[in-house]
Amino acid sequence: MNAPLRRAGVVVMVLFGLLFANLNWVQAYKADDYRTSPYNARVQVDEYNRPRGVIEVAGKALAENKATDGELKYLRTYPFKTKFAHVIGYKPVNLGATGIEQAEDEFLSGTSDRLFADRFRDMFTGEDTAGGNVVLTLSQRAQDAAIQGLADNDVGSTRGAAIAIDPKTGAIQALVSMPSFDPNPLASHDTKAAQAAYDKLNADKEGPLKNRALGEVLPPGSTFKVIDAAAALEAGYKQQTSIKAGPSYTAPTSGTPIRNSSSNTCPESQVTLLVALTFSCNTGFARLAVEEIGAEKLKAKAKAFGFEDTGLKVGNLDGGGISVAPSRTGDIQNPDGSEDKAALAQSGIGQNNVRMTPLQGAMIAATVANGGERMRPYLVQQLLGPDRRTIGTASPKKLNDPISGQVATDLQQMMVSVVERGTGKRAQIDGYTVGGKTGTAQDGDDPRDHGWFIGFVMKDGEPISAVCVLLERAGESGGSSAAAEIGGQIMQAVIRDRGGD
Amino acid sequence: MTAPAVPAPTPATTGEMPRVRESSGRRNAELALLVFVMLLVLAYAATVEATALDTITTDFWVPVALVAGVFLGLHVVIRFLAPYADPAIVPAVALLNGLGVAFLRRIDLAFADANERANLPIFSGVGGRQLAWTLIAVVLAAGLLILVRDHRAVSRYAYTLGLVGIVLVMIPAVLPGRFSEINGAKLWIKLGGFQIQPGEFAKLALVSFFAYYLVRKREVLSLASRRFLGIDFPRGRDLGPVVAVWLLSLMVLVFEKDLGTALLYFGMFVVILYVATERVSWLIIGLLLFFGGAFLAYSLGASVGGPFANFYQRAEIWLDPFADPYSDGFQMVQSLLGLGTGGLFGAGPGGGQPNKIPLVVSDFVFAGLGEEIGLFGLAALLVVYLLIVERGLRAGLAVRDSFGKLVAGGLAFTLGLQVFVIVGGVTGLIPLTGQTTPFLSAGGSSLMANWLIIAMLLRISDAAGRPVTGATGGRAGGPGGGGPPAQLHGAPTEVIRS
Repeated sequence: MNAPLRRAGVVVMVLFGLLFANLNWVQAYKADDYRTSPYNARVQVDEYNRPRGVIEVAGKALAENKATDGELKYLRTYPFKTKFAHVIGYKPVNLGATGIEQAEDEFLSGTSDRLFADRFRDMFTGEDTAGGNVVLTLSQRAQDAAIQGLADNDVGSTRGAAIAIDPKTGAIQALVSMPSFDPNPLASHDTKAAQAAYDKLNADKEGPLKNRALGEVLPPGSTFKVIDAAAALEAGYKQQTSIKAGPSYTAPTSGTPIRNSSSNTCPESQVTLLVALTFSCNTGFARLAVEEIGAEKLKAKAKAFGFEDTGLKVGNLDGGGISVAPSRTGDIQNPDGSEDKAALAQSGIGQNNVRMTPLQGAMIAATVANGGERMRPYLVQQLLGPDRRTIGTASPKKLNDPISGQVATDLQQMMVSVVERGTGKRAQIDGYTVGGKTGTAQDGDDPRDHGWFIGFVMKDGEPISAVCVLLERAGESGGSSAAAEIGGQIMQAVIRDRGGD
Repeated sequence: MTAPAVPAPTPATTGEMPRVRESSGRRNAELALLVFVMLLVLAYAATVEATALDTITTDFWVPVALVAGVFLGLHVVIRFLAPYADPAIVPAVALLNGLGVAFLRRIDLAFADANERANLPIFSGVGGRQLAWTLIAVVLAAGLLILVRDHRAVSRYAYTLGLVGIVLVMIPAVLPGRFSEINGAKLWIKLGGFQIQPGEFAKLALVSFFAYYLVRKREVLSLASRRFLGIDFPRGRDLGPVVAVWLLSLMVLVFEKDLGTALLYFGMFVVILYVATERVSWLIIGLLLFFGGAFLAYSLGASVGGPFANFYQRAEIWLDPFADPYSDGFQMVQSLLGLGTGGLFGAGPGGGQPNKIPLVVSDFVFAGLGEEIGLFGLAALLVVYLLIVERGLRAGLAVRDSFGKLVAGGLAFTLGLQVFVIVGGVTGLIPLTGQTTPFLSAGGSSLMANWLIIAMLLRISDAAGRPVTGATGGRAGGPGGGGPPAQLHGAPTEVIRS
C-alpha cells in the first residue's frame, strides 16, 4: 500500500503547486489590476482622505463634503436632497455611483489628467490633491418650477419627467424625474445602511431611482406628428396644403380604424396641414404617413431628429455623461419585409412601436425653435480646479440640421398655432411667443394614457427655452393639457431667471 | 507492501536506553518547535496591535499565552501517551491555530469602534470564541489520545462509525432550510444561537469506516478485474460501493448545495480505495465520475435549475467574478481584490482592511490573511499545511497495519484536499464552495473535528515510530478491552501481489 500512498503525497504536492501558481497569478501578476480596481473599496478609503469636488449651480453647492472622524474622512452630502437627485446622482462607498457623480468622477475625485498640474504641485507640498469642482447648466428656478408643476398636476399622475433645454446651445436648464429620491442615505459611510436604503428604493414600485427624463422611453403619441409635419414640409407641402382627414381611417391592409380624440376634432374630409397639427388630427396624420410619406422617409426624419441614437451621453461636451436611452421608431414592416401599412398608420401618430425619451421630445422642440439646428445637450457648464480657476468651459456643439431653416420657420408657426388656438393653450406666456405640441399616448391595456407636451418659447425670433413634459398614466382623459401647463411654467421660470418677467 | 497480521519478527531489537532517548529526542524537538511557533504568533499579535492601534496593549500576550499553555499541555500528554509520535505535526498545527486566533482577534479589532479597540476584552468577539474553541478542541484531542491507546481499536467500531458518519452527513440535508442553511449551503444544524457542522466530524468517522471496509474487501477489488487499454478495470459488480459513495456525494451536492463537501467525501473515498487496491483504474473511474457529475450538475443547473442552480451560479461566478461585482460575484471579487492589494509582501499584520472581504472569519480567512501577509506569507502557510499532510501520509507509510495506513492516508489526504478546495476557491482557481480552512477559520466544529484528526494521526505516527519489540502486540485490546484488534488483520485481508 505504500506506493499509492506515496503517489497520493505527490498528488497533494501537485495540488498545492497549483494553489501556489494561482496565488502568484493573483498576488503578483494581477496585483496591480486588483489594487487599483474601481471595485476595490480600499482605494476608496484613500479617495475619501481628500475632499471631493463640489457640484454647483449658480454658486450653490448641490453636492459637498462634511468632515467626519471615521475611517473615511469626508462624507458626501446633498443639501438639496431630492431636488437634483437624477442629475447629480450619488457617490456611495460600496455601490456604483450614478449621474454626474459617476460621469465626472475622475475630475471630482482629483485623479483626472486635467488636474495633473495640481497633483504635481501637491507632490512637493505634501498636500492631498483635492478634487475639481463641476458647475452645472441648470437653472434653480426652472428646476423648482418643473418639480412643483409635476407634483401639483391635476390629473393624478404619480410618475413623470420634465426637461428644459436652451435651444441655441443645448444647455439643459431643468431635468426632473418624478418620483425622486434622497441621495444622502445612499452615500452613508455605514455601508449596510446604504445598501438597505438602496434596496428599499430599488424595490419601490414607483421606481424613484429611474431617470425618466433620460433613461426611460414611452410612446410619444401625437407629439410625433411634428416629425410627420417636418417630413411633409420637406417634401414640398405648405402650411395651407390640404390633406385627407375624416372622422375615421383604416389602413389599406388591416388594422383597427384610427379615430380622432373627439368627434368634433377635424371631422372634415380635407383639412390643411396647419389645422391638422393645431387640433391634433389623428386621421389626417395617419393617412399622411401611409399615403404620402412612407415608412422609410418617416424613419429617416425621426433619425435625423435623434431617434435611434444609441451613443448619446448628457454631461460634459468634452467627455462622458449620463447615458441616454435610444428613442426608437420601431418596426414598421411585415414579416416579408414589405411596409406594414397598419403599423405605419399607428406609427404616424406616435403609437405602435414608436418610443421616445423626454429628452428626445425636448430636442425636437429645441431644433424647431433653433431654426433647424440640433445642438448637443449638455449639463456641465464649467470645470473649476480645486483653487477655483477655470479649467474648462462648455463650447456648444451642433449635432446636425434635421430640417431646413424654412421648414423650421413653418413648424414654429404651426406649433405656435397649437398653443394659441389648439390643444396646447395652457402653455401660453404673456408677452412671449410659445409654440408646442401635445400628445396623448396609449400604452398597453391600462386605460390611463400618458400625457406629453413638447414646446418652446421665443422672444423677437430668439429662442429662450424648449421643454418636454411627461405625465405617466395621467387619467383616462389624458394629461396632455396639464403637461402643457407645466411646460409653460417651466419656460416662464427660465424667462424669470434671465431677468425677464 | 504487505501488512502482516502479527508483527514480523524484529530483525534486531533495539535496547531499552536508545529507544527512550529516541522518543525523548522527538519530544524535545517538538517542544522546541512549539516554543518557536508560539513566539512567531506572539510577534504577529504584537505587530497587529502596533499597526492597528498604534500602540501595544499591556495584555496583548494573554490570548497567545493561553493557546500556548494548552498546546504545551497537549505536548505533555503526547510525551507520556504517544512518545514516538511525529514531532513536526503539533507545532505546525499550533502555528496555524495560533495565527487563526490572533487573526480573528485582529478582525474583531477592525470591526470594533475606534475608541473601544484598545480595551477589547480577550474573550469577546469571534477571536475570543475561537480562543475558547481552541482550548476545548485541544482538550478533546488529548482526550482521544488518552482513550485510544491503539488506533486499531477503532476498527472494532467501524460499522457504527460508518453509520454515524452517514447520519452526520445527511442530517443537514433532511433538516428544513431554516435549521440547516447558511449562505446557501445546507451544512449545518442550527439550534438557537448555536450551530454545528456535523459533516466536519463525519470525515473522521467515514475514513475509519472506509478503511475498515476496504481492508476487508481490497482483495476482491484489486484482483478480480478486466484489462482494457492496458489498465485493469474492476468487475461491474465490484463497482457497487464506489457508485454508492458517488451517489451519496451527489446527494450532498444536490441537497446540501455544496460542491466542496461532495468533492471532499468522494475524493476521500476514492483515494482510500486506490491506496487499498493499488489500482490506478479506481482513480480514473473516480475522476471520470466526479467530473462527469460536476459537469452534469452544471448543465442541469443551466437548464433545469432547481437544486442544481446553486452550483451553476457558483461555476458562473468562478468563470467571471467581475460579471456581477456587486451581488453574485461580490464575495469573490472582494477576495481577489484583497489578495491583489496584499501583493507580494502584504500590508503587514494589522495594516490592511481584511474586513472589506465578506465572510472573512470563515470561508475567506485565507484571503483576509493574504492581504496582510502577502504572497510570501501565504506560501509559507501552504508549506505548513503541506508539511502536516505529508507527515500524516508518512505516518501511513511507516505504520505496519493496513487499517492504520488507510486511516492515516485517508485523513491526511482529505486534510490536504480540503485546503485545496477552500484555498483554490477563494483564490479563484476552482469554483468557490463553503469549506472551512482547517485551523484558521472561525468555528468550533471545524476546530474540534480537525484536532481529532490530528490526534488520530499522532496516534498512528506513534504506532509507526514505536520500535517493534512486540510491545504493540502485547498491549492488545487497548482501553476498550475485548478481542484483540489484530483480528482484523487476519490472513484474508492480505494482498497476494506485492
